[in-house]
This record gives sequence, C-alpha cells and structure tokens, in this order.
Amino acid sequence: MAKLITWVRFIAGALALAFIVAVATPASAQQINPTASAVKEQQLLQTLSKIDGRGSIPDVKSYTLEHPAGRTWRDWHEVTLRWLGAIVILGAILLLVIFYLVRGPVRIEGGRSGIKIVRFTPFERFIHWMTAACFIVQAISGLNITFGRSLLLPLLGPEAFTTWSEAAKYAHNFLSFPFTIGVVMIFFMWVAGNIPNKVDAEWVKRGGGIVGNDHPPAYRFNAGQKTIFWVQVLGGTAMVVSGYLLIFPFYGTDVANMQLAEIVHAAIAMFYIAAMIGHIYIGSLGMEGAFEGMGEGTVDLAWAKQHHRLWVEDQNARVGANDSQSQVRAAATPAE
Amino acid sequence: MARMKFLCDADRCIECNACVTACKNEHEVPWGINRRRVVTLNDGKPGERSISMACMHCTDAPCAAVCPVNCFYTTADAVVLHSKDLCIGCGYCFYACPFGAPQYPKVGNFGSRGKMDKCTYCAGGPEADHSKEEYEKYGANRLAEGKLPLCAEMCSTKSLLAGDGDVIAQIYKERVAKRGYGSGAWGWQTAYRENIAT
Repeated sequence: MAKLITWVRFIAGALALAFIVAVATPASAQQINPTASAVKEQQLLQTLSKIDGRGSIPDVKSYTLEHPAGRTWRDWHEVTLRWLGAIVILGAILLLVIFYLVRGPVRIEGGRSGIKIVRFTPFERFIHWMTAACFIVQAISGLNITFGRSLLLPLLGPEAFTTWSEAAKYAHNFLSFPFTIGVVMIFFMWVAGNIPNKVDAEWVKRGGGIVGNDHPPAYRFNAGQKTIFWVQVLGGTAMVVSGYLLIFPFYGTDVANMQLAEIVHAAIAMFYIAAMIGHIYIGSLGMEGAFEGMGEGTVDLAWAKQHHRLWVEDQNARVGANDSQSQVRAAATPAE
Repeated sequence: MARMKFLCDADRCIECNACVTACKNEHEVPWGINRRRVVTLNDGKPGERSISMACMHCTDAPCAAVCPVNCFYTTADAVVLHSKDLCIGCGYCFYACPFGAPQYPKVGNFGSRGKMDKCTYCAGGPEADHSKEEYEKYGANRLAEGKLPLCAEMCSTKSLLAGDGDVIAQIYKERVAKRGYGSGAWGWQTAYRENIAT
C-alpha cells in the first residue's frame, strides 16, 4: 500500500512539474501573430492615396483616416500659387507700364470728328458693368485669400484683418450669382461677333494698330477683343464651375476633388486677372476714345473708322446712306 | 518641455468609442461636430483594425500654414490651437489637414461654414485659462490643470495614449516587444515625420 501511494505521489509530482514547465513558457509555447493579417500604415499609403475605413457617425468624410495629399495641396497653395500669382499679375502690370511709357496711348488720328455713333446698347452696357463690378470685388477678395496674410495682415492687425476678410468672403460668395449671369449673358450677346475669321489673322499680322502705325481693318470686334471675349467666357466658366464646387463643399465631391477645385479656381484666377488688367488698360488709358463706347454707349465716328472700319461700313449699309446722317445726329443729342 | 502627441495602438482599440463620448461630453461639443472619431479598417474581415483619430497636433502643422487669416498658434507643449475670433470659416485648414481634424458648424445657406472647431488636446484656446469664454468656445482646459486629454484617460483598453511623445513612444515600444506584434504608430510619419521602430 505504501509503495502504491509513493508511486502515485511520484507520478502526480512529475505531472505537476511538467504542467508548470509547460505553463511557465507561454511565449515559446505559442507564436500566433494577430498582426499577420492586418495591414500596416505605410503599406496602405504606398498603394492608395488615402486610407478609408468605416465609422459609426453620419459624417462620411470622417471615415477617411488619413489623406496625406493635404500636404501637397498645402505646398501648392503656400508656395507655387503665390509665385504664379505674383509673377503673372505683377508681370502683366509691369509690361503695361513699360508699354505705356514707350508707345503711349493710341490716339485718334486726325482728331475727333464730333459725330457720334451708337456702339453698345444700354442692355449690353448694363451686363458689362455688372460683370465688371462683380469681377473687381471678387478679384480683390480672392487675392486677399492668397496674399492678404502677408500683405494686409501686418498693416491691419488680426482683428481688423479678420473683419475685412470675413466681409470679403461673403461678398465673394454672394456676388458669384450676378457674375454667373453676366458670364452667360456676355456669351449670348456677343458670341456672334466674336467668331475668329481671316480678317482677324490679317489684323494680328499687321500689328493690330497697337504695335507699329498700321491701320488694319476690323469688324465690330477686333482680334484682341475676341481674345478677351474668349478668355472671359472660357475662363469665367471655369471660375464659376470651380467656384460653385467650393461654395457647395462636399455636395458630391470628396476632399481630393475639393482640393482640385481650389487649384483650378486659384490658378485660372491669376491668368484671368492679368488678362482683365490688360483689358482695363486698353479700355481706359491705352486708347483714346475707347472708354466712352462702354461708358456712354456712343463713340466718335473718326475713332470708329480708324479702328473698326468694316463695322462702320456695315452700319452704314444696313441703315442706308441717307438715313445714317439723321441716325447719327439723333445719337449725338443725349436724352438725359 | 514636453512635446505632446497622441498614439493610438491599433491592435488594442476595440472601437468602443469611449474616447469619442468622453470628448463630446467634456467639451459640450455641439451636434454635427466630431472632434474625435473611430475609424475601422477591414471591418469584419481578418486583420480588422480600429484607430481613434482626432487632431494629431502636427509638427509644422499644414492647417496653420494655409490659414488665410493666420488664426493658428502652437503652444510651448507643441499643441496646435487656433482662435475662433479670427477664424473666417473658409475651410482651407480642412483641405490641408491629412487627418480631417477641422470641423465646421453649418451656419448658413448651402455650405456656409461657421468658425472652425477641432481637438484642442484639452488645452482650451487663447482666452484666459478656465474662463467662461474659453469654455464656451473651446471646451475644458485640462492641460492647464496638469491633466492629460480625457479621451486617452477614458480609453477602456489604454490603446489611445496621450502625453509627451518620447514617453508614449517608449510605452508603445515596450508593449510591442512584450506581446510580439504591433502594426505601428498610425499617423506618426505624416504628423511628426518620425516612425517608431518596432
């Protein structure tokens, strides 16, 4: 009996020892790696531009865990765009200053005739000035977003600059609606007269009356004006489309598309503003007798014959040689 | 000085959302604003991982760089904060942030954005510490009391760590060494330009 008990105790002790040894080395006993089937962050970032998962809240944007392209966009906005804007806009202004000093304004040769003809109807002028006013406010408020922090903030201080920037933001966004109407109306009003043709090629080849002293003929709109028309329509459309994406954020776009919308909006804006500065120059300082066409609606006949000879001939042919005189005189006496 | 960071251990996060609830409650965050959120990758599949994400308080914060009115500032603890008085709600900080931290209340028609709101590392804002204005705008200021962010304190599994970057990196490294696996410190390369070697 004693021998049996001794033998049982021996076996039990051996088993207990074996059990303790087995339990005491868990690391060597099982080598399961739960991360084996999980993915690491760097792997995901190499294959995808952003890491998306699932969440439990209604905001779907929050399901994106990481989107490193925000850094690239930051470099674009802080560095590339500023250089682009500064070079394009300041370059345009500089070129115009030099041009004005060297060539001077385009004069009406032989002086004014004193006879006026109608160039733009009141409706055309209204649409133009509505669009132009919206453009000026939107250009300044838009440039404030890019350059305001470095140029205006040191002058105004944080509180005043924020008040100005907030007002600018609201003006920019709300004026987009009349500006859009303007872009669309300008297209429909003037597209017929702005289709490029052989006369424009000839006009460009002969320096357009602005380079050199030639007087190439043109219809109602010359090649330079047609360029501005298409810049306005195409550039304006791009601005409007990208702009609406920006003021209706995430209505069908994700953050990558919003970044793209901003890039398009800002890049095109710089070129568009430079082009409009050129347009404003030629319509005011750059050419004697040009502004009144859009300002009052009528232009001097000598100016019209010098710059838009074919248009004057068309007008005369349409109205009739005898009637043109009375038509012209009627326009010369302002109703207001 | 401490350099404050967040580290979410993706292998421990159980998607309980205690961090989200704690943050919402402590700062009385309004409806629609989500300072902290939990994102689950490969939901339901092998290798499912959940990560709690809010503002990472990046080194060289992109949000601060793109702000047109310069309303951001970095504290001595490297916490990235901003002033709601100066914010104009333009939305650019959201485009620049790799983690989608900035949130905006809907205040007007269409997509009009109000003042930006985001995780403050429980460090309040530019107003005086513990003032009523600070609480109403930015929420509680725990850091001024010497406490760490509530999300990390409330984490049920201690997967979300907050504190000095070196300290929490060390904790994570020890964890990974002890248990033998770790999918890495999510977001650290993008936010702090550093990785934790595991």
